Order: sequence, then C-alpha cells, then structure tokens
Amino acid sequence: MTTTSHTTETRHRVVVRFAGDSGDGMQLAGARFTDASAVFGNDLATLPNFPAEIRAPAGTLPGVSSFQVQIADSDILTPGDRPDVLVAMNPAALKSNLQDVPESGTIIINTDAFEARNLEKAGYEANPLEDGSLDKYKVLRVGMEELTKEAVKDSGVRGRATLRSKNLLAVGIVAWMFDRPLEPTIEWITEKFASLPEVAAANVSALKAGYHYGETTEIFSHTYEVPPAQMTPGVYTNVTGNQTLAWGLIAGAQQAKLPLLYASYPITPASDILHELARHRNFGVRTFQAEDEIAAVGVALGASFAGHLGITGTSGPGVALKSETISLALITELPMVIVDVQRGGPSTGLPTKTEQSDLLMSIYGRHGEAPMPVVAASTPADAFDTAIEAIRLAIKYMTPVILLSDGYIATSAEPWRLPDLSQLPDISTTFQVDPNHGDEYWPYIREEKTLARPWAVPGTAGLEHRVGGLEKQDGTGNVSYDPLNHEKMTILREDKIKGIAEDIPDLIVDSDDDATTLVLGWGSTYASIVAGVRRVRANGHKVAQAHLRHVNPFPKNLESVVRSYDTVLVPELNRGQLSRLLRERYLIDVKSLTKVQGKPFMAAEVEQALMESLS
Amino acid sequence: MTTFERADFQTDQEVRWCPGCGDYTILATVQNYLASLEIPRENHVFISGIGCAARFPYYVETYGMHSIHGRAPAIASGIASTRPELSVWVVTGDGDALSIGGNHLIHALRRNLNMTILLFNNQIYGLTKGQYSPTSETGKRTKSSPMGAIEHPFNPISVALGAEASFVARTIDMDRDHSSEVIRRAHEHNGAALVEIYQNCNVFNDKAFIQVTGKEERTVNRINLVHGEPIIFGASDEKAIVMRDGAASIVDLAETDPGDVHIHDERATSPAAAFSLSRLSHGPYGPTPIGVFRAVERDGYSEMLDRQILDAQAKKGPGDLMDLVSQNGTWDVQ
Ligand SMILES: Cc1ncc(C[n+]2csc(CCOP(=O)(O)OP(=O)(O)O)c2C)c(N)n1
Ligand code: SF4
Ligand SMILES: [Mg+2]
Repeated sequence: MTTTSHTTETRHRVVVRFAGDSGDGMQLAGARFTDASAVFGNDLATLPNFPAEIRAPAGTLPGVSSFQVQIADSDILTPGDRPDVLVAMNPAALKSNLQDVPESGTIIINTDAFEARNLEKAGYEANPLEDGSLDKYKVLRVGMEELTKEAVKDSGVRGRATLRSKNLLAVGIVAWMFDRPLEPTIEWITEKFASLPEVAAANVSALKAGYHYGETTEIFSHTYEVPPAQMTPGVYTNVTGNQTLAWGLIAGAQQAKLPLLYASYPITPASDILHELARHRNFGVRTFQAEDEIAAVGVALGASFAGHLGITGTSGPGVALKSETISLALITELPMVIVDVQRGGPSTGLPTKTEQSDLLMSIYGRHGEAPMPVVAASTPADAFDTAIEAIRLAIKYMTPVILLSDGYIATSAEPWRLPDLSQLPDISTTFQVDPNHGDEYWPYIREEKTLARPWAVPGTAGLEHRVGGLEKQDGTGNVSYDPLNHEKMTILREDKIKGIAEDIPDLIVDSDDDATTLVLGWGSTYASIVAGVRRVRANGHKVAQAHLRHVNPFPKNLESVVRSYDTVLVPELNRGQLSRLLRERYLIDVKSLTKVQGKPFMAAEVEQALMESLS
Repeated sequence: MTTFERADFQTDQEVRWCPGCGDYTILATVQNYLASLEIPRENHVFISGIGCAARFPYYVETYGMHSIHGRAPAIASGIASTRPELSVWVVTGDGDALSIGGNHLIHALRRNLNMTILLFNNQIYGLTKGQYSPTSETGKRTKSSPMGAIEHPFNPISVALGAEASFVARTIDMDRDHSSEVIRRAHEHNGAALVEIYQNCNVFNDKAFIQVTGKEERTVNRINLVHGEPIIFGASDEKAIVMRDGAASIVDLAETDPGDVHIHDERATSPAAAFSLSRLSHGPYGPTPIGVFRAVERDGYSEMLDRQILDAQAKKGPGDLMDLVSQNGTWDVQ
C-alpha cells in the first residue's frame, strides 16, 4: 500500500452527521466520536435524532436514525445547522439527509448497501452513486461491509453478527479524517463489552481498520484539523440533559437533607431519568416504577406527606394524567417536583422529537385556580442547577413545582465543567415538631414571609392532623365550605406563588449599548438563540439577549426589561406560548418566532428573524 | 404501656354521615381496635379517596389524608414504601376502589406494600347520590340505570384474589365482633391486606345485605370461613362445601362423605381454592362466605426496596456526589 500525501485544512468548527438504519448503531457511533472529540479538547454540541419506532422496517426512510455533532475550537452552543460531513450507511440515510448537506460538503457512503433492494426501499429509481446526482458534493465511496468482514475475521465473531461492527469502522474513518485519538473509544469498547471479549475484539478491529483505511487510501486526500478549544480551566465531563437532571435531583435531595423518591411510568423522552436514578440506590434513592402516571404522582405525593422528597417525571401526556393530583398537592400544600420532558404533541404526537408546547399547560393546565411555580432548564448543563432550584422552591414554599426540560435537552450532549459541589446551596428545611397554636397544631398557620405552611410528618407525636382536597379553613386546616374563606384561601395560595418573585434573581440581560431589539427565550432554545445573536453581532449589529429560567412567576424585573426595547423577539418551539404570556401580563406586543418541526431552531433562523427585526 | 380509650381516636370534627349509615359502625369498630393497640397515634396514617366512606380520616385522631377519587392506594404506596415503620390504612368505597381506582388497587395488592385496605362496599355510589356502582347487581334500578343496570358486577374478593393479594377477607359492618377480629387479622398481616366490608347505605341502597344480616336470613346464608375447619353452614348446619373439578359447590351434608367436605386453608399457596369459594356468591344474595379467604406470607415491596438500598450502599458506599457527576469519565482543561 502507498501512503499518499494529503492536505490538512484547519477549521474552527465542523459539523458531522452519522446517518444509517436504526439497526446500524449510529447513536453509538456519534457518541463515540463525540467523546473522542471531547477528550481531544474541542467544545461540542450534539443532536441525536431517532425514529419513533424501535425497529421500523430495515432500510426504509422511517427507519433512519442519525446523530449530529458540531466540534469547534471555541465555545459553541448548537450542534450546527448543516453537516459538513455526512456519513450515509444506506440509501435511505442518504436520501433523508442529503437536503441538509451544503454544496461541496463531504459525503462518506457505505457503497455495499447500495444494491437494488435497498435503493428500492429508499424510493430511489436510479442509483445515486451512478446517475451523477451527487456531483456537487465530495463523495467518498467506501465498501464498509466488506472492509468490516475482513477486519473482524479473526475476532471469533461469525456470520451476520460480523456486520454489527461496521458503525465502528465508520467511526474509525471519521476519526482519521479529524485526527481524533482512538484510545478513548478502545477503552470504552473494552469496558462495555468486557463480558463479550469476542465482540470487543471485533469492534476494536473494525475501528482500527477504519482508521487505517483512511491513512492508506488515496480517496482521503483531504483531512481536517479542528484545534482544541480554549475552554475555562476545570474538570470536564460529557453529559446529556436527562443525566444532569437526574444528578440535579440527587444533589438537590442531598442539599435538602431529604431522602429522594422518584416515581415514574416509562415514557420517551423522560425514561432515562428513571433509569439513571435507579442505578444510584446507594444515595438512598427510591425509584418506583408505577402502574401509570396517576399512580406515579400519587406515590410521590404520599412520599412527601411522609417527609421524603417526592418527585415524579414524565412527558406531556403524563402531565395531563397527573394534573388532578398536582392540584391535590397544591391544596394540601405539600412539596413535590413534577418533571416534564416535553415532546411533540398533542397526544402521542412526535414522541421522539423535541417541542416546547407544554408551557401553558404547566402554568394554567389544572382545574380550579391552581397557580404553581414553573422552572425551565435551558441546556443539558443547566438542567443540574434547575433541578436543584425546583427542589428549593418546592420545599421552601410547600408547593408542587413543574420542572420543564425537553427532548433536545434530554438527549443532546455537551461538555460540562464540573461544578464546585461545596458551593451548592443549602436548601434544607425543618419539620414542624411542636404545637404552633397554644398546645395545638394547626397545619395551615403560615410563615409570614413565604406564606408557606409547616411540614409536620407522620410519626411526630402531638401533631396528628388531616389534610385533603376539600377547602381548608385558614389556620386550622379543617374542612370549610365558607364562601369568604374559600376566596381568602384562593388568594393566599396565589400570593404565595407570586411572592416567589422576590426570591429569584433578576433576569440578566446581555445587551449591547443602544440595542433596541431584545431576543427573549426560555428552555432549550438558549443555544440557538445565543448562536444567532453572535452571528448578528459579528455582522456589526446591536442586540440584547435574555433567557428565562423562572417562567412562573417571572423575575421581578421582566416587565421593565421588555419595556426597555422597541422590539422583543420571542423564539419558541411552539405556537407562541411565552409570547401570549408576555402580551397578557404586560399588555405589550412581542414578535413571535415559532417552529414546530420537532427540531431545534437553526442559528440561521434566529439570525434571519433578528435581521428582519433590525431592518 | 400506653392505654388508649376510643375517645383518644376521635377528632373534634362533627361526623357527617346520614343517620343510620353503616359507616358509623365501622368507624367505632376501627377506633376501638386502634385503642386496643399500643401503637402511638402518630404512627397511624389513614389515606382515603373520595366518597362517603372516604370522609373517614377526618374522624380519626391520627395522621391522615382525604385525597382524590380512586388514588388512595397510590398515595398510601408512597408512604408505605418510604416509611415502612408506620401503620398505613386505606379507606375506600366500591366506586373508589373498583371503578376509578381499580388499577391502583390491584397493583398495590400485587406489590404487597404493607397497608390495610378497608373497602366499604355498599354496592352504590353514595356521595353522588345513588348511581349504580361496579358492585351493583345486574338489573339494579338507580337514577343512572332507570331500566336496570346492564353491567356485570365485580366481586371484590375475586378481584383481590386475582391480583394475588396476600390477605383477603370479608366482613359485615353490623357484626362488630366479626369485623373487629377480621380487621385485627388484616392489620397484623405483613403486606397488603384487603378487607371487604359489607356496608349498609340506608339512604340509597338500604338492606342490600339483608341476606347475610337479617335475623333469619343470616342463619341460612352466612358461610363462616374458619382456617383448618370443614366448611359447614345452614340454620342447623345441614349444608357443606365440597370442591368438585376445582369449583366450590354447596351440598347437603347428610348426603356427603364427611371426608369430602372442604377444609378451609387460608394459607394455601395457590389462591385457587379461595377464589372458588369467592365464586359461591356474586353478591350477598344467597349463601355467602364471610371471613378470611387468604392469608399468606409473601415478600413485601418496602422490605425489598430497603434491602436494595442497603446492598447498594454496602457495595458502593454511601453516595458521593463527585463520583456521581464524574461517572462518564472526565478530562482536565488547564
Ligand atoms: C375525578 C372524580 N370523578 C368523579 C367524582 C365524583 N364522585 C365522588 S364520590 C363518587 C362515587 C363514590 O362511590 P363509592 O366509592 O362507592 O363511595 P360511597 O360514597 O358509596 O361511600 C363519585 C363518582 C369525583 N369526586 N372525582
Ligand atoms: S349516602 Fe349512604 S353511604 Fe353515604 S352517608 Fe348516607 S347512608 Fe352512608
Ligand atoms: Mg359505594
């Protein structure tokens, strides 16, 4: 074999997308490349995209699964708008992803999959490898299946199973293209398949074969270099939002000095929180897989009544089921956190895709006058802190709190600088242990400042009391049908939640001097918004940007902030829910930018909307 | 040793059931039972759903929650799985437990969380003023079934046995000795215990249980289940139960080989015989078994959960947050 001389192009950032059949292991391939890049020192952001069906028919368009990652030599926020490099493992993957590849982009194609049956399943009349339709791209043709078979022939893996390693062959090729180290991937494989040494050997061989193929083949005349990013010094790890959210719940429970119970019924994209928590029983974590979402929230409420930290997690359809019990938690004034990892709705909607369409449900979607705090995570890293904040509010104010995440935050990965754990806030509370009204205990005597009622838990002698869904008499907590008392209690519950505005930080605005346009967002649009704002600023325009964590109640200064700009642009992955809230609360108009395609905004979309506002 | 009086378990709240309602009797029975125990008041928790029966916790001087319709077993599960040292009670009605809350009931029984479930079966929706319930007999005329209910009723005992509950019993509000004894057995049981209590709703379904409560009728129709005893009943003990082809049937004792009479075994591992006994009547309309159908020991959820926590801690040590957030592997940036 000959080693060819090749050119290396240095890039600030590159977007790579791995696409194949759901059975091809593309999520794994993407994750491995991501980890290797993280260890190399790049900043990065990822976007996994998988079909709703676990095994859609192989080779078809609905069966395509993909994983996109942007790697960069500086701080980036989004997984990138368009892939510079597309790895297409079969015709369906090529067909469904090609429209995103810019002209002159690179496509690495597994030619072995381009035979008649697969072409037909993908709906190709002619073979795109032969009809010239790919001429405007840089196409690298690799017979990945043959190469894989050859590579793994001594591993002990036989038959069809040999082809399973082809995703790692693809990782090897891309690793070579970007000069990524193989060691992190080899280590990962060895650990992951420790009990299946043959599979481990096959995967390592395929990975190396891909890398060597790049090194020794002429078609790769061109490789990229993306130098390490200048990141804030510290210890980093690579995380997804479901994981950080779960960790935030564990950390929050520790800071609250309460044992954690997490009750849930499996649902995409929230299940991984349950999985993650179930692995950490040594923290005293009780996970409870309930028979349905109604039971899950009931179990969490029971745990809170018993003096544990009751948390339940789900996605939109599950929150709908939980709503009656959330109202019970609200009137019994018990702490609880309800995690909603939003997905495309209504109904089953787009179960594996992201959306932010449960905002209004979170704030208003209950019977009766039922106000409660709602906080929203904006990035995978932020989910950790937001989870702790949700717990803090729940126990300080004795109220259920909704914690919003979404499919994008849940599944996308980013490097996270480990927090200084000694700086986590002490959010512990004290149970009531003494009578608070003469020698009696009245469960609805409120603390003056927070309006929170005391928390007296079973087992505490002398404080026996009953709570329930019927209206409470102010103070005693006895059942009361008195009309004026009901009005008083309704307003008290409302004031308690409103008062939280005094206990949360002001909204921070990142504003250029003289900016007249503000982009205001909440939740997972953070990355796209900031990336869009950077582009607009790079073009010399002035703009202000702010992002809400507390969506109910709003930070105190929000009204004055939105009133200080001529134009307020509100990008949301829904049909304008925050926009409605702002118009309703402050009687101002805002410009709503919406998208409900199951995908995050592209930075370019935010940029374009901003440019239109600015002109 | 603390000694309690019934009054120690009464609250200052006015009891608001209709005069003559069977709920009063059950309340007194339970309060007397609680007073007979050494368990301090603060260690009992009563959780109810919604319905007339569900007002119960307001009248018992312990911890309690009057929750929402059908969900009491779920809420009680949250308490029993976090605080296994507490004495957890569920008070529920036939609509609450078997209609809106049917799912939670069977799963609480299946998981065998430690709780005593008192199911007040009056075969009617009392609180909503008299619609037929999932235990009302077919043909029952009510406001929502003026031409007669066209639904087949549930038999709560069969449902509980089908869910493989570890303790299943039936008793009657008016029979205070029997209900006291059954409630004691249920409460002492380690695991989820279901007690169906025939409860008279004198306003919307009066005398629904007359076949097992009426002076004459009860001598004919009550089949008392006693562990280890042959099942014989009737005004002059002239009837017996035998098992034929796996089904319980009623025979004349005089015409039966005494060795064939079924011996009640509440500890049988299989719930099959108990189930066939429960099928003898579909409601209290003829001979009806009363007493403990099943009482077996089975691992409980909270013990197993706590064991997993201890095992995990023994293996990995108590949780360390830094280890937690570093588990994916880390790298240093200088
Ligand atoms: C979600 C919901 N649906 C309906 C009701 C109305 N409701 C209250 S009690 C009840 C039936 C109760 O019947 P049962 O459980 O047999 O109790 P009983 O009143 O007979 O003791 C109904 C339908 C409710 N409170 N909540
Ligand atoms: S309606 Fe029936 S069950 Fe309800 S309180 Fe009156 S008598 Fe009792
Ligand atoms: Mg009833």
